[in-house]
Amino acid sequence: MVSDNVLFCTELIGLRVYDTRGRRLGRVKDAALVPIINPARVDRFLVGGGWTWLTVRFDQVRSISLDGIYLRDEKLTPYHSDEYMLRIVRDLLDQQIIDALGRKVVRVTDVTFQIKPMEGHTQLDVLEVDIGMRSIFRRLAQGVIPPSWVRKIQKPIGPNSIGWEYCNIVEPDPQRRLRLNISNVALEKMHPADLADIVEELGPDDREAIIETIDPEVAADALSEMDVDIQASILESLETERAAEIIEEMSPDEAAHVLAELEEETSSEILEELTEESKSEVSELFEHRDHTAGAMMTTEYVSLPENATVQDAIEVLRQDEEMLEVLNTVFLVDAEEAPVAAVPLAKLFIAPGSHPLKDLAPDTLLRVTVTESENRVTDIFDKYNLLTLAVVDADRKLVGVITADDVISVLKQK
Amino acid sequence: MLKRLKYHIAVFFSVIGPGFITAVVDNDAGGIFTYSQAGAKYGYLPLWTLLPITLLLIVTQEMCSRMGAVTGKGLSDLIREEFGLRTTFFVMALLLLANLTNVMANFAGIASSLGLFTVSKYISVPLAAAAVWFLILKTDYQRIEKIFLFACSLYICYIVSGILVKPDWKEAAIYSVRPVLMLDSGYITMLIAMVGTSVAPWMQFFLQVAVVEKGITAKGYAESRIEVIVGCIVMSVIAFFIIVSCAGAIWSNGPRDIVDAADAAEALKPFGQYAFLLFCAGLLNASVFAACILPLSTAYTVCEGLGFESGVNRRFNEAPVFYWLITLLIVIGGGVVLLPNFPLVQMILLSQVINGMLLPLVLIFMTILVNKQYLMKEWTNSRVYNFVAWTAVAVMIGLTVGLVGISLQDLLRSK
Repeated sequence: MVSDNVLFCTELIGLRVYDTRGRRLGRVKDAALVPIINPARVDRFLVGGGWTWLTVRFDQVRSISLDGIYLRDEKLTPYHSDEYMLRIVRDLLDQQIIDALGRKVVRVTDVTFQIKPMEGHTQLDVLEVDIGMRSIFRRLAQGVIPPSWVRKIQKPIGPNSIGWEYCNIVEPDPQRRLRLNISNVALEKMHPADLADIVEELGPDDREAIIETIDPEVAADALSEMDVDIQASILESLETERAAEIIEEMSPDEAAHVLAELEEETSSEILEELTEESKSEVSELFEHRDHTAGAMMTTEYVSLPENATVQDAIEVLRQDEEMLEVLNTVFLVDAEEAPVAAVPLAKLFIAPGSHPLKDLAPDTLLRVTVTESENRVTDIFDKYNLLTLAVVDADRKLVGVITADDVISVLKQK
Repeated sequence: MLKRLKYHIAVFFSVIGPGFITAVVDNDAGGIFTYSQAGAKYGYLPLWTLLPITLLLIVTQEMCSRMGAVTGKGLSDLIREEFGLRTTFFVMALLLLANLTNVMANFAGIASSLGLFTVSKYISVPLAAAAVWFLILKTDYQRIEKIFLFACSLYICYIVSGILVKPDWKEAAIYSVRPVLMLDSGYITMLIAMVGTSVAPWMQFFLQVAVVEKGITAKGYAESRIEVIVGCIVMSVIAFFIIVSCAGAIWSNGPRDIVDAADAAEALKPFGQYAFLLFCAGLLNASVFAACILPLSTAYTVCEGLGFESGVNRRFNEAPVFYWLITLLIVIGGGVVLLPNFPLVQMILLSQVINGMLLPLVLIFMTILVNKQYLMKEWTNSRVYNFVAWTAVAVMIGLTVGLVGISLQDLLRSK
């Protein structure tokens, strides 16, 4: 419940400020943090009195309560705007922030401060950001009903707050992001699908800002989870090099998919920036027509010669640990690169190292050609309960693999 | 060249929806009544107002859809960010009230259109309310939008019934472009009502959110603008046919006042079963359509503005306020129609008063917002456009204030 050592922003604003001899100087208009020095402490109080706003530094405050702010020092300076300041009323109230714990975008209605008595001075630390009914009530009652009454009346309304450490400020300007010390660490830790949901909810400028500054691998994972139109509009707004950096981290089929959505000029510029390897992979996929097996498949798969053993397979898998997260089948190909068998990954665990892989595979191998229709592919997955399906070109060579999640994406779009 | 054209056509179809739906649903039960009344009482004379109405509609709608495309935020979001919580709360409270009465009017429309087929309102209204509730809450927005677009196409009923009535096309053509002003208080009231009801506050909120939800960005905006303009024109064409069919069927046999839109449908009977059926079907479709959109858009707008979770793709316990708002709007909106002696006419007049108080605020906020450089970048209004926009806003405000006056007068008289 609300205790005596907290103060709401709705109470702070309008609070009277008194000097050492108890004379009234003015009222609090805003409070500013300087996150680069301290992420939670109110560094300056902006006090309006007479013609200009004055700045009260945090260590000039003797005490803070609902009765007012009493200073211990009178050397105040006039306020001038400063890029390193995060002003609570101007920059935070009524704006959107990301709640990294609840994984959603919320709008700030009020801010709760903690009153902290220090040696010689008293400071305010931002404790929580308030959303929901209770804070809406405080905002509406602000200046109309006395604060002590507001505290009483609001009791039956359930609080809804987010700890300040989980709040991520949304700021489209990269310069200002640096000055306000905004980091993406919390966002990068999220599941890509959650991050994608959050980014989709923001306006275009804020979307770009996040994708622009976040780790490219995370950006690629999050983008892959988004609606393809949104992916395209974000990539188009980025610098070509940055877009290429992100595309590089995407799986080739996802990359080809989104590149196909971009305007031709942009996509060819991005293709130029890719490394030779990715470029050939992606442009190969690019050739395939929409709604065919070729457009669905990825070129990231593991294939081994048909006489390989379990030991050989494990050796190969060790070299590409990243792929293991999504891999569930290993393919065997003959001298002409035609697929001959598909070995379920789980079988490797129970077979001795010298065991030939071919014996672990089911008798029949299903395959489709790159030109096979999407509908036929989903039918095959359904009928044979597959996790993966080999895709071959006109010369019967293995060129790609369709996985169950590709099928789910196709079905979801219908 | 052909490829570019193909690309533009493809983009156009990908943005179709928001502008079209918003403009067309403007012809809801209330709108149809106003236009029917105009045709029944003054024949072809009021047709000329449709041209300026279209222009006003285009100017106000275009600004909203542009804001949606450029900022990626709804109008209530922007009002909250720029004008603070208190203003937003006030606007949302008025909007909620106005839309609640609008929902009532449309459930009344459902009751009276089905009443013509001797379906009791105690059956039709609960069934329609349940259907609307399920449609909104159990379908994702992409599908709802498709259903809405289909509902838009059903407005063709009015065009066909207008043709079946065989109105005097020459007269209709002449009076579409020849402004007629008479110093008859009834006539002036009529004109004000026609223009005043054409732009409703909820439309601005709905359109902007729909544009955002559709994922239209500044890049696809050129096509989106065309969509908005086409939508406004279609809305006027439908209004035109409603007026001419009532002019042909009622006015030419003796001008009179009509009680409600169903009364107008009844008068179409001598022109064949089909003219009557189509007019009824049109009314039913329009009422159901508006009864779906209004609760949905109100809940979206209010939740976004006040910072509650919203969206039909969220679960009930994730977005309780959103779902409760929709449910209450439908239950109360439909429920009151069933109450005996409920003063429905007064409620509708009241709704016009609230809408009229709200609209100036919304239009002024909109025009201020659309001119903010840091929000709109190079997409702010040009100087000429601003002149047009402020003029349109001033005209709209003037006429709405007039309508508020008239509605208040009627409201007091009816007591």
